[in-house]
Amino acid sequence: MITKSDVRAATLPLRTPLYDLHCERDARMVPFAGYEMPIQYAPGILKEHLHTRALAGLFDISHMGQIAVRSRSGTIQSAALALERVVPVDVAGLMPNRQRYAFFTNGAGGILDDLMIAHRGDSLLLVVNAACKIADEHYLMAELGSDCIVEREERALIALQGPRAESILATLAPSCRQMRFMDVQSAMLLGHDCLLMRSGYSGEDGFEISIPRDAARSIVETLLDSPDVALIGLGARDSLRLEAGLCLYGADIGPDTTPVEAALEWAIQPVRRTGGARAGGFPGASIILHQLEHGAARRRVGFRAEGRAPVRAGALVFAESDDQTPVGAVTSGGYGPTVEGPIAMGYLTTTASQPGTRVFAEVRGARLPLRVTELPFIRPRYKRI
Amino acid sequence: MKYTEEHEWLRLDGDVATVGITKYATVQLGDLVFVQLPDIGSRWTKGSVAAVVESVKAASDVFAPLDGEIVAVNDGVVSDPSLIGSDPEGTGWLFKLRLADVGAYDALMDGENYHKLTGE
Repeated sequence: MITKSDVRAATLPLRTPLYDLHCERDARMVPFAGYEMPIQYAPGILKEHLHTRALAGLFDISHMGQIAVRSRSGTIQSAALALERVVPVDVAGLMPNRQRYAFFTNGAGGILDDLMIAHRGDSLLLVVNAACKIADEHYLMAELGSDCIVEREERALIALQGPRAESILATLAPSCRQMRFMDVQSAMLLGHDCLLMRSGYSGEDGFEISIPRDAARSIVETLLDSPDVALIGLGARDSLRLEAGLCLYGADIGPDTTPVEAALEWAIQPVRRTGGARAGGFPGASIILHQLEHGAARRRVGFRAEGRAPVRAGALVFAESDDQTPVGAVTSGGYGPTVEGPIAMGYLTTTASQPGTRVFAEVRGARLPLRVTELPFIRPRYKRI
Repeated sequence: MKYTEEHEWLRLDGDVATVGITKYATVQLGDLVFVQLPDIGSRWTKGSVAAVVESVKAASDVFAPLDGEIVAVNDGVVSDPSLIGSDPEGTGWLFKLRLADVGAYDALMDGENYHKLTGE
């Protein structure tokens, strides 16, 4: 009766530097983006999710791509300006030791990948999705190669998320206490040169930490010595980010969704918009700039189910319980352990997308009532001050 | 007790089989958060989707293990799906099926063969 929904990797799966540690600690490994990754550990998704929100969760995200971009002329400003050719984001205005959310766009205004850009002083570090990282690297070489050196950094990456993340990391790197949301800092952890980024994808305060591969295991084991830290798999990573209203690339955003449709306008600073000093100049600019001013025909929204049945990705959404033509679809959905109920995200015709609107999702032939809601579903606890 | 390759167990009483999912299945599925059971009086053919159990991550089908009619469902697991994980072969039962052909029950897997299947 177990439905085999997991997609088997076509080739031999890759392993992160923490693969052995996962296996020793009772992870259930699954193929994911070409890697063998932990979907969950012995406590299970529900408990892992709640542990992260209550204390601290430790995630292996070493499968994600880390790509350094440096200017051939040596000035970081020219690398930042070059990167602005492929993202609609203010990169030149990014201050040293800060990071910012961005996305690569295509000619149709769609999203090729979403990423974080960290300003390390002498270079920009891009953290990109695992499934896109090879394509991203080739794309950056093709688009920026004439004036930038684009280089993949083969390092481990972990996330430490949750209300105890700061106090736990501070035992190894006391200076992390001074960081605020989206700050970036080099730090020595157990004598190894690491990069701390005060961000994550859980809706909690926390850090992403780039670590030399050889040091990943000892640093993770040291963090796990704290009783407040538990290993968290991809299953809870997904439910945490869904509650936080954050997009999953390939589900909620992709080549067929624009940033305006995806309600990600906040990531496009005024300087890149019409009338700004560096307006446009990225793929799909005419479409995206037009949508920024006039809106798009559909919009990403949150949904709360009125009943208890989870509504999952792919479910069609209708304005009325007996309508034949859908007004949208669910792109991510499941059970939110913290909100204790079914939650979902998806797209709706903009006219039907007002919060509070009642719509109906088709699940196993039945029409289940949903309420359009603001995102996120939980109050994020990023350290903004 | 008899078992199916789809990780259901059956316990026969007269011509009515109580049906649930096995301990092995519950461990694979993880914490369950929603259960949808068939209507009493509905008729099912072997292999059709009679119930659905859902974890945080995914929905999984529960198939009718044999042909028959639903004569009872466990409302307890609808209000508290965690019962299935804590007591899968007891209070976590799902539904009772009046078998169209009681003889078909004997052809199902016994416990020994089921545990060989799951490697336990």
